Amino acid sequence: MNIIDSFYQSVIYDGRWKFILEGLANTCIIALGAVVLGVIIGSIVALIRNYHDHSNKLKVLNFLAKAYTDIIRGTPSTLQLMIIYYIIFGSVDVNIVIVGILAFGINSGAYVAEIIRAGVNSIDKGQMEAGYALGLSYKQIIFSIIFPQAIKNVLPALGNEFITLVKETSIGAYIGIVELTKASDIIASRTYDYFFPLMLIALIYLTITFILTKLISRMEVRLNHARS
Amino acid sequence: MLEVRNLKKSFGDKKVLKGIDLKIDKGEVLGIIGPSGCGKSTLLRCINLLEEPTSGEIFYNEEKYDRSKNLSNYRREVGMVFQQFNLFPHLTVMENITLAPLKLGILTKDEAVKAAKRYLKKIDLLDKADFYPNELSGGQKQRVAICRTLIMNPKVILFDEPTSALDPEMIGEVTKLMRDIKDTDFNMTMIIVSHEMKFIKDFCSRVVFLDEGKVIEDGTPNQIFNHPKDEKLQKFLSKINTI
Repeated sequence: MNIIDSFYQSVIYDGRWKFILEGLANTCIIALGAVVLGVIIGSIVALIRNYHDHSNKLKVLNFLAKAYTDIIRGTPSTLQLMIIYYIIFGSVDVNIVIVGILAFGINSGAYVAEIIRAGVNSIDKGQMEAGYALGLSYKQIIFSIIFPQAIKNVLPALGNEFITLVKETSIGAYIGIVELTKASDIIASRTYDYFFPLMLIALIYLTITFILTKLISRMEVRLNHARS
Repeated sequence: MLEVRNLKKSFGDKKVLKGIDLKIDKGEVLGIIGPSGCGKSTLLRCINLLEEPTSGEIFYNEEKYDRSKNLSNYRREVGMVFQQFNLFPHLTVMENITLAPLKLGILTKDEAVKAAKRYLKKIDLLDKADFYPNELSGGQKQRVAICRTLIMNPKVILFDEPTSALDPEMIGEVTKLMRDIKDTDFNMTMIIVSHEMKFIKDFCSRVVFLDEGKVIEDGTPNQIFNHPKDEKLQKFLSKINTI
């Protein structure tokens, strides 16, 4: 089988490119949904833990938040995905892409929480005190003084987490989500030729992460002018 | 107008303040001096409740304040200037000054900008309104920080070693601003923790000497600096004079 033939068999014949397209769409949907969910969960968890450290209130919530991060970070994400799919949604008919978004979002949230917490802790204590001394509330200080500076400090780490997340979605294939990796697998199982499908999706993953990297470094530059 | 009663503060086993009693009247300019680690800064921070006192009480206009209360209004009236300025590095000079009055809904955007410009003009930094703090010198930063406090219309300002982090040639511009405040607003109460003895001596109307967490001597600058009674104070002053 020559290369042109192999390409034809893997991509063109029988509309097999549609698998790739479907895979790309699902990978993007899951990654995007999971990033949004992860940032929301992560921010809330980080806020709970910071507020607890600060005021010694919200003890129960803080315990739950800490347990959540420990459990998520202490177990493999494949296992988490399988538990959510086979056990939690085992008897419910639910869109498998939504399961993916939930699983990866919940997983990412734990890492995002730790990144944001590290960012908040990196801000000089004097910033909080200056806010209080002006009569601002904890909430006002966190949102207009601490978070903007913290996010700027952890942007590289957050970017890294998003890129990891994009690649992690490939384990969605494990529960049968037709994302990029599964798509290539489907094609290869029909042609018995792994070269083209695998190289093609590798290129697609690379392109996505390349664009993400560029976007993040552009944001860093934009935020950089106010560095102290 | 401000009263501290039997204030004690410990950090773990370390007793920093061992029962401070202090009454400060309206318009008084009080200097707090004492050796390093005597609790001067801690006292200021307790008055503002940035530190929670271990025991003791703080009264402002006859009303008692502690951490269980909403302190927003109290802190607006009792402003604070920090040794390290603590400007917000992600905000411009203008935004630093207008942030609190806007967030608290005290001034409209127009009013806040107008007021900030008035202050910036007074300290000759109007042309730096859109600069970020890292583009300013230490003296400029501290003056902006003082404006940030002034825009809240405080009745009391606590100065926590306002010139200690500055290069010597910049100390003058900050003390000049403090003099301006005193000269334009006779009702402004100020409490200043500082190592600048000369400044304390001719700026303050009253001086308190603190040592090992206690008020050792309390009097006019003349009494404290020229006729110290307590041995510890005499020793402290002689050490400073030999430097």
